[in-house]
Amino acid sequence: MLGFALRRFVQAVIVMLAVALIAFSMFRFVGDPVNQMVGMETSIEAREALRERLGLNDPLPLQFTRFVTNAAQFDFGTSYQFRQPVADLFAKRIPATLELSFTSALFALLAGIPMGIYAGLNRESWLSKLFLSVSLIGISLPTFFIGILLIFLFSVTLQWLPSFGRGDVVEIGSWWTTGFLTVSGLKALILPSITLGLYQMTLIMRLIRAEMLEVIRTDYIKFARARGLSNRAIYLRHALKNTLIPVITITGLQLGSIIAFATITETVFQWPGMGLLFLQAVQNVDIPVMAAYLILTAFLFVSINFIVDILYFLIDPRLRVKQA
Amino acid sequence: MGPSGQDQTSSAAPAPSVLRRVLDSDLTHSFLRSKVTVAAATGTLLFVLAAILAPMIAPHDPFDLAGLSIMDARIPPVWMEYGEPRFLLGTDDQGRDLLSGILYGLRISLIVGICSVFAAAAIGISLGLVAGYAGGKIDALIMRIADVQLTFPAILIALLIDGAVRGIFGNLDREIFSFWILICSLALSFWVQYARTVRSSTLVEKNKEYVQAARVIGIPSVIIMIRHILPNVLGPVFVIATINLALAIVTEATLSFLGVGMPSTQPSLGTLISIGNDFLYSGEWWIAIFPGVALAVLVLNVNLLGDWLRDALNPKLR
Repeated sequence: MLGFALRRFVQAVIVMLAVALIAFSMFRFVGDPVNQMVGMETSIEAREALRERLGLNDPLPLQFTRFVTNAAQFDFGTSYQFRQPVADLFAKRIPATLELSFTSALFALLAGIPMGIYAGLNRESWLSKLFLSVSLIGISLPTFFIGILLIFLFSVTLQWLPSFGRGDVVEIGSWWTTGFLTVSGLKALILPSITLGLYQMTLIMRLIRAEMLEVIRTDYIKFARARGLSNRAIYLRHALKNTLIPVITITGLQLGSIIAFATITETVFQWPGMGLLFLQAVQNVDIPVMAAYLILTAFLFVSINFIVDILYFLIDPRLRVKQA
Repeated sequence: MGPSGQDQTSSAAPAPSVLRRVLDSDLTHSFLRSKVTVAAATGTLLFVLAAILAPMIAPHDPFDLAGLSIMDARIPPVWMEYGEPRFLLGTDDQGRDLLSGILYGLRISLIVGICSVFAAAAIGISLGLVAGYAGGKIDALIMRIADVQLTFPAILIALLIDGAVRGIFGNLDREIFSFWILICSLALSFWVQYARTVRSSTLVEKNKEYVQAARVIGIPSVIIMIRHILPNVLGPVFVIATINLALAIVTEATLSFLGVGMPSTQPSLGTLISIGNDFLYSGEWWIAIFPGVALAVLVLNVNLLGDWLRDALNPKLR
């Protein structure tokens, strides 16, 4: 177990270093950092002084080491467009993105699992077929268009829910803001989380359905039935448990995509999160923000992958036997 | 079709024509059996035809600035109040006919999608071939890059590449370069799947006798890879390409919607939706919804076609 975890950890560190190298090259070679930081009227001497102060004349490996050390301390330099430390910009926006991602993941699981179980157990019913067709349409509709349709229906036509922003937020501690505690905050969460979670929901539903179909044909389910257990006990206690292993993997991996696709959802709903910040950075070629976003998301992805691998190992005894 | 069936055809007609062989193949049978697939193929074909014939069938030329009149702006579809028969689906904020805009936008969306699929396949196939055939350090390097890239969703990579390219080349003329930047970012985001598939089939093929024979008689590696291995590893590539076409079209639309894709002077479907999004709140819903519906139906058709192709070519499911 320890050896497995250690190997995975080393791999994760290598991936992070590779990503840091890409982020560093973007920062260093896409445009001239000094030109971006000073105004037109700055003299050549002042530019040279700034260059020296930023350490841009040092050997590249030294610069890279410094970049990694700074990044590890959450220091990503100064944004070109906002003239503020990148770290502060992100700190202000992380709560919005995490709350949105968490709510959509919850929505995807709470809606996807029951629908998947139902569709797997009642293959021929019209409701299962409806679920499947809807999920096919859900996969074909681009995320941003789902958002537009929801806004059109619930905000513009029915005027039930707000179409942009987070509503009223409450400050918790020095920097975390939450929309969970106010009515307008919760209402503002509904449309963006459905938009963001719909794709994951269909994915989870299809996965559970396929796994259910496979599991209920296995011998141990037949045996459980022969023992006279009730359907409910068989499906929920025995079958569901085994379908959950791939679901954990996929959900874990999808958590990363949720954060990435939050960029699109945040743009549609003008949600003040990291994704919106990143998109503005791409549009304005604000390299420090782009580099920081790259490193932050990579870190999230790599950590999630690492945790999922370990969880997988803990849940599935067969993997442990193979290792021994 | 079993071996006996094959014998019968070959004994009855020693050299069946290509058409006959295509019509008798498993693929054709499985295609005709599935009504959904036939419908999806017809739908896709209609979209492609509409895109090719856009200059001929579009009622107006959306690029002809002289033909635009601000008086025609934001006219609703013909069946609504104030609709005009000149503009079947209504007009956008600049008085462009929406139906014509969608036809031309479809053209751009399809061209970008198809070009980027070809570019991604070209990169992926070459790297996969080299990785599988050369092995060793080259293989390890290419596959590690692929692994790192796989941890990120393609849309994020496309956004990053887009930002970086525009940073490197400064403020290029968006009208000319958007197209190429888009194709580059899409190709560089989607090559991994091709590379992995081609590599794993190459690993199998390179130890077969025909490759060893070719090597023994001294044919250069490059020729072996291209002339001998490549034709035998292309099968799965077609499936990935079809499925990725839908993905590429969606990604292009998303990038254009986010404002880093096609400019509004050469709108793709995504750009049209992005333009229309600004007018959603003021009640002019058709500017965003019609291009969106066109996009969704196109993607649904291509997806269905891809699903069928994947199942039909998968020997496990026969």
